[in-house]
Order: sequence, then C-alpha cells, then structure tokens
Amino acid sequence: MLIGHYNYWVVVALMMLGFFIIIAHGNLIKKIVGLTIFQTSVFIFYISVAKLDGGTAPILAEGFTDYANPLPHVLILTAIVVGIATTALGLALTVRINEAYGSIEEEFIEKQDNQSC
Amino acid sequence: MVGVVVAIVWMKDLFSVVMLLGIYGLLTASFFVAMDAVDVAFTEASVGAGISTLLLLVAVAKTKRKEHPVRHKPYIALLVVIVTGALLIYGTFDMPRFGVADAPGHTHVAQRYIQDSYEEIGIPNIVTSVLASYRGFDTFGEVVVIFTAGIAVLALLSVVGGVSGVRRQSFYEQHSMYEQHKVLRIVSKILIPFILMFALYVQFHGEYSPGGGFQAGVIFAAGLILFAMLFGLSTAQRFIKIAWLQLMAALGVLIYGAVGVVSFLNGGSFLDYSVLLENPVAGQHVGIILIELGVGLTVASVITLIFFTFANRKEQYQIVDSTGE
Amino acid sequence: MLNHLPILQVIVPLLAAPICLFLQKPKIVWLFACVATALTFLISVLLLQQVNVSGTLVYELGGWEAPWGIEYRIDDLNALLLLIISSISAVVMWAGHISLSKELNADRHLYFYVLYLLSLAGMLGIVATGDAFNVFVFLEVSSLSAYALIALGRDRRALWASYKYLIMGTIGATFILIGIGLMYQMTGTLNMHDLATRLPEVSQTRTVFVSFAFIVVGVCLKLALFPLHLWLPNAYAFAPSLVTALLAATSTKVAIYLLIRFTFSIYGLSFSFTTLPLNVLFLVLGVLGVFVASVAAIYKRNTKRLFAYSSVAQVGYMIIGFSVGTAAGLSASLIHIFNHALMKGAIFLALGAVVYRVGSVNLSQINGLGREMPYTMAAIVIGGLSLIGVPLTVGFISKWYLIVALLENGWWPVALLVLLGSLLAVIYVWKVVESAYFKPADSDREPVKEAPLGFLIPVWVLVIANVYFGLDTRLSVGVAQAAAAGLFGVTP
Repeated sequence: MLIGHYNYWVVVALMMLGFFIIIAHGNLIKKIVGLTIFQTSVFIFYISVAKLDGGTAPILAEGFTDYANPLPHVLILTAIVVGIATTALGLALTVRINEAYGSIEEEFIEKQDNQSC
Repeated sequence: MVGVVVAIVWMKDLFSVVMLLGIYGLLTASFFVAMDAVDVAFTEASVGAGISTLLLLVAVAKTKRKEHPVRHKPYIALLVVIVTGALLIYGTFDMPRFGVADAPGHTHVAQRYIQDSYEEIGIPNIVTSVLASYRGFDTFGEVVVIFTAGIAVLALLSVVGGVSGVRRQSFYEQHSMYEQHKVLRIVSKILIPFILMFALYVQFHGEYSPGGGFQAGVIFAAGLILFAMLFGLSTAQRFIKIAWLQLMAALGVLIYGAVGVVSFLNGGSFLDYSVLLENPVAGQHVGIILIELGVGLTVASVITLIFFTFANRKEQYQIVDSTGE
Repeated sequence: MLNHLPILQVIVPLLAAPICLFLQKPKIVWLFACVATALTFLISVLLLQQVNVSGTLVYELGGWEAPWGIEYRIDDLNALLLLIISSISAVVMWAGHISLSKELNADRHLYFYVLYLLSLAGMLGIVATGDAFNVFVFLEVSSLSAYALIALGRDRRALWASYKYLIMGTIGATFILIGIGLMYQMTGTLNMHDLATRLPEVSQTRTVFVSFAFIVVGVCLKLALFPLHLWLPNAYAFAPSLVTALLAATSTKVAIYLLIRFTFSIYGLSFSFTTLPLNVLFLVLGVLGVFVASVAAIYKRNTKRLFAYSSVAQVGYMIIGFSVGTAAGLSASLIHIFNHALMKGAIFLALGAVVYRVGSVNLSQINGLGREMPYTMAAIVIGGLSLIGVPLTVGFISKWYLIVALLENGWWPVALLVLLGSLLAVIYVWKVVESAYFKPADSDREPVKEAPLGFLIPVWVLVIANVYFGLDTRLSVGVAQAAAAGLFGVTP
C-alpha cells in the first residue's frame, strides 16, 4: 500500500507547493512559476499512471511484449504545449503590466487601481 | 525534486527562481525517462528546461529582478492548499497500485494501440501513431493553441511601426557576444548548422524513434534563437522577419487543416489519412509526415516569433513610450 | 457534404483564423470574418435541423471509431449551444469594423479578428466534442484567445483583469485536467459516452469521487459561480466592447454546458445528486450569487461593470434551475442560457455603441443620452426589461419556466427568492434608465449623435430577437425541453 502510492503522494506534494505559490505570492512572475510547477506535477501524475512494471518505452521492437501505456504520453505531449503557450501569454501580460503600472507586485497594482477608481 | 520546489517557494531573487525552475524541468524530464516516456521526456527537456526558462529570463530582464518581501494572506492560501491536497490524497487510496498491469488504464483503450497500431498505421513508435492519427484532432488543437499563443503575444507586445528599415544600436548589439567572445562565436557558428540539421532529423525520423514535429520545431527555434543571441537581435531579424514568421505559423496550421479537408474530400472523415492514397497504410504514413511538417513549421516559427517579440519590446518601449494608446 | 457538418462547424472558423493573416488589410479581414461567422451560423442551423430529424449525430474524426479515436457527438443540447454561440458571434461581428475603429489601434485589428475567430472556434470545439481530453484542448484555445482579447482593452486595468483571469482560468483548466486524469485512471477511457458506461462500475471509489470534485470546481471557476466570480466583472468591464458582448453572451454558457454534460451524461444523475449533496450546495450558491451580485450591481457607476455583476447574478439563476434536478428545472436553465445570451448580447453591444460615440460608459456620462441616442438607449432599456423579466420579453419566459419548475418541486421559498432577485434587477436597470432619460446631460460632455447604422442594425437584430423569442417560444423552449428530456431519459 505504502510503496504502491508513494509516487502519487510526491506528486500531490509538488502540486500543492505549486498551487501555494500561485495563491500566496504577489509577484506576477513568481505566480507564473508556480503555475508551471503546478502543471508539471499534473504531467508527472499522468505519466505515473502510464508506467507498467517490466514494460519498456512504447516503441515497437522485437523481443518486447510489455510497453508503457502510450495514451497518457500523448495527452501530456499536448498538455506540455498548452502549458508553454499559457506561460508565454502570461509573461507577455506581465511585461505589459510592468510598463503600465511600473510594478509586478499584486499589492501595488491593486493599490493604484483603487486610487483611480 | 521536492527540495528544489521548496527552495523556489522561499527564494526572493527571481533570477535564481528561474534557474531552479530549469533544474526542476530537467529533473522532471529524467523522471519521465525512468517512467519509459521518452517522447514526453524529450519534450519536457526542451520546453520545461529550455524554452520556458528562456522566456522567463527574458521576462525577468524586462521587469524586475527582486520579489517584494511582503507576503500576504498566507493562512487562507495555506488552508485552500491543504484542503485540496487532502482531497487528492484521499482520492489516491482507491487508485490502482503503481505499475500493475491490470489497472483499467492499461487494459481498455490502450490495448488496441499497442497491439494493432503497427498493422493499421505501419510505424513502430506508438506514441506517434496515437498522437498523429488516432487522436490526430487533439494534436490539431495543440497546434492551434500554440498558434493562438503566438498571435496573442504579437497582439500584446508587437510595436507600432514595425522594425523594418530602422537600424538601431541596441542593448543586444552592444552586449552581444559578437565582439567579446570570439571562441564562442566560432564554435557556435559551426554548431548552429548541426542543430538545425538535428532538428530536421528529429522531424522526419519521428516515426521510428522519439521525436516528431513538435520537438523538431523547438530545436529549430532554439538554433535560430542562439543565432540571434550571438549575432545580435537586429542582425538576426534582417534575415528572419517577424512578418514572415507570422505567415509561416499560419501556413503550418493550414497544412494540417488542409490534410484534414483533403481527406474528407476524398470520401473519408476529417483527418482520415487512409483515403489519401490507395493503400491505407501508406496513406497513413503520408498523412503523418505532412501533419508533422505542419506542426514543426508552426512550432518553430511561433517560438522564434515569441522570443523576438519579447526581446524587441524593451528597445522599442524606450523609443515609443507605450503601445501607442 | 452534409454528413461533415459537425466538423465543419468547428473548422470553418478555425481555418479562417490563419487565412486572415494572409489577407492583411483590416477591412478585407473584417469582411472575411463576417462571411466566416455567418457560414458558421448557417452550419449550426442546419445541424439543429438534422438533429431534429434524425436524432443524435456521431462523427468519427480520423475515421477511427470511438473510444480509440475522437468523436463528435451532437444531440439536442449540443445543437442548441452551437446555435447560441454561432448566432451571437455572427451578429456581433457585423459591428466589428465600426466599433474597433474607435477602440483599437489600426495595427491591432488583424490580430483581433484572428483571436476572435479562434475564440469562437474553441468554444464551438468544446461543445461539439465527445471526448473529455479534447474538451481540455479546446478550452485552452478559447481561453488563451479570450485572455488576449480582454487585454486589448484601452484601460490599463484591462491588462490586470486579463492576468487575473489567466491565473484563475488556468487553475480551473488544470483542475479539470486532474479530474480527467483520475477518471482515465479508473476507467481507461476518455470518450464521454464510453465513460458514462464504465463509470458506474467504479462509482463507489474515492478516486472517482475526487475526480468529480475537481472537475466541478474547475468548471465553476470558468463559470464564475459565486464565490469564484471575482475575475469576471473587471474582465468584462475593461475588455473592448465587442469582446464583452461575445464573452458575456457565450463563454459562461459554455462552462454551464460542461457542468451539465459532466454531471448528467458522464457521471450520471444518481451519482451526482444522490452520492453528494451537490444540488443543495448549488442551490445555496446560486441564490447567494443572485443576491450578492445584484446588490453589488446596484452600487456600480460604470454601466459595463454594472451589467457584468448582473451576469454573475444571472449565472445564479441558471444554477438554481440546474440544482432542482428535474427535467423541468434543467430545461428552465437551458431556456435561460438561450435567453440570457440574447439579452446580454444586445445590452453590451448597445453599450459598445455608447462607447463609440461618448467614449465612456460611466453613469454620469450617459446622463441625457436618451434624447441624443434614442435608438441605442431604447435597445438598452428593452434589454434591461428583459433582464428583469417583464412579459413580452425573453426574460419573462425564463423566469416563468424557472418558477414553474421550482413550484413543481415544492420549493416555493426559492421561487419567492427568485422574484425578489428580479426586484433587485429593477433597481439597477432603473439607475441606467434614470440617467439616460431623466437627468440633464452633463455640461462637460459634448452632445453626440445617434450611433451609425452599421452599429444599430446588429444591436436591433438582437433586440428584436429578445422580443420575438419572448412571443414565439417554439424554438427555444422546444429544443431546451427536448435536450433536457434527452439527458433525463436513457443516458446517452
């Protein structure tokens, strides 16, 4: 039981650390770093699901009958691309925000907004 | 890995945070290799440790390096995180054990991919078969996502007037390694063609070994970005114009879409490559090569595009003040 | 060609987007985008007709049968949503060229159209697909383009609103991804239809329970369900007017569709509503959402924000109908989805016309506009009456069916609360009416002319639809009831 789920627990820990960074930190770049960690740990979870004891990489070759499950691999390839797309857009926004507000800290930005309201 | 992430939580210096994130990406990639997911590892290494680190660095350079020390509402955040985490842990108790063969994930849909894909599609890399054919539409969506990101970054950061014609003494030129590092320059001059060659190899060999359009696109873009870093941004942009990159990105999506449209004009359904040629297996092969080409084209041009747009920003920001609004 | 309709629905706008880049000239791109969205609308009409005649349509992408390949599965519910999304986006697009000329620099127009088409294609893709992972991919297509579109707003607060939306939206999408992964782990499949048949076997496990929880929370983030709505008001308020009209009329609807699809078709009614006290939870959140957001709307001075809060409140009504857990309740929700798209489309587009002439939508700025821009303000008034639920408008139909459904279930206190919520709507709509008709124009505002015809026509098309579907309910109510019956009948 313990060993069987050890992997998943590590994933959960990573996920939550990433999630914590997103919520608790006010720095916009740090938030995006947190987002990346959060997403990456979900990828790790999927790939763990695909693992087969005694299996090998899913490229057909003579002499092997057991392969890791290719489907989650495919899904994660797609998800990685989606992740980098989000990161790029988030950073683009951060750069613009920095130009417009002169800061990349959540608090300062909110303060400026409240003044102008 | 947990250690690295904990360090990221505490670090205030964004530069080190980004570096640690790169390390995290590499560790993840090696974990994927241990999990037999070579294709994914390849991608994660190039994206997680490569492109995203690079973009983050550029963004840090454009903004501020230090994080403000004030941390607010950590208790609420902690509570949300603990509840979510506990829920997930709770969910793991009924999961099938790690690595066992009779888990539902292994026995249902995946069985057919492993057993029949060689006969139906004719290429040994199952991941490529699933990616490009069985779930080809997902991959089409993926290309569209990356295309969207490219256009979105352009819409946000591209600057009025464009770059053409004006030659400026930029930060990048003054500090480009062109003058300072002769050795680096010569080595990389030799290296860049090889990187581009390797990208092409990855592109067209994806059916047999790990790799494919996406990874090839990233490597190709990395080659171009290296070129830009060494010889200065404006030198690079005299050869590679953003306007062209934009069209190339669109072209990649269109190639992919056109393969789909042709296949339904030939009587199949959208993205049914079997009808492209008389022999269905050969048709699949042609289809996959074509769509991988589309993927590679879009990915390479969008990533280069995003990098250039980011890097251009500072120079033009100083000249044009803001976006012109 | 007819049997390819399901896929054409999505790829027409999807492929039109990259083609735009080759056309370059904003005016030509706009015309092209109009043609593309009109074509998309036509396809959705044909699809609805086909579904009516021959029942659920299944389209296998790549020629691989599900669950190995990805399939599109269109039933009444999908067809209804596709129709809403494509019709609103087509009408809003007509006003594109005029509205953008004031709100966006000329060099950004091209990107705007490309992103608009991508966002549209993404939403259509989410609705049309029958594959859980494909939902995630298209969700990201539509969200990424939506973030960028919002950030194109003139005010710098648009950037900040967009960033917040990006963070919330990505957390939501990642939650959905976790949920899908857990489901896959327990069943080995990603196809919705296949999931529905395989989930009952394992429905008693904690893993499935957690997967459901994650998907619901993720979708609710996208849905802006109270108390997860914080990203929405600013995003709507500072986005370019066209974007507000598009998103307000469509994007939360897509999220509600996902919620309905996951709870009713995939996990099944018995699991969603009996294993968990989900309906009670949703009922409470729905009612709270209606009241908190309506009260907040009353205090807003920016009319776009005012109506954005009203959107959060309207989402509350949809969720109340959903939480009843009967076919009548669900069809009331669906009717309201359809009707609310018409109301908010009309209101925000008309506000776009105000922005075009006046440059601002603060209450103080629209003082006296009732005389200067009679047609535009009349459109806002009719939209507002519809929001309140006055007879002869679509809003009345929604409220009527919702209250009937609540009373059928014996939930008369909730029905009373719904009526009370409408009173709050009277107050905030009145504030706009009061400014426009009963206050003199501010002396520091230049007198303005009526909006150009190119703007008025799309606005009034939506307004007339508001009245027409308030009288002739065959289409909206008929399809909604058929869809609800389908979800409650044999699990598809």
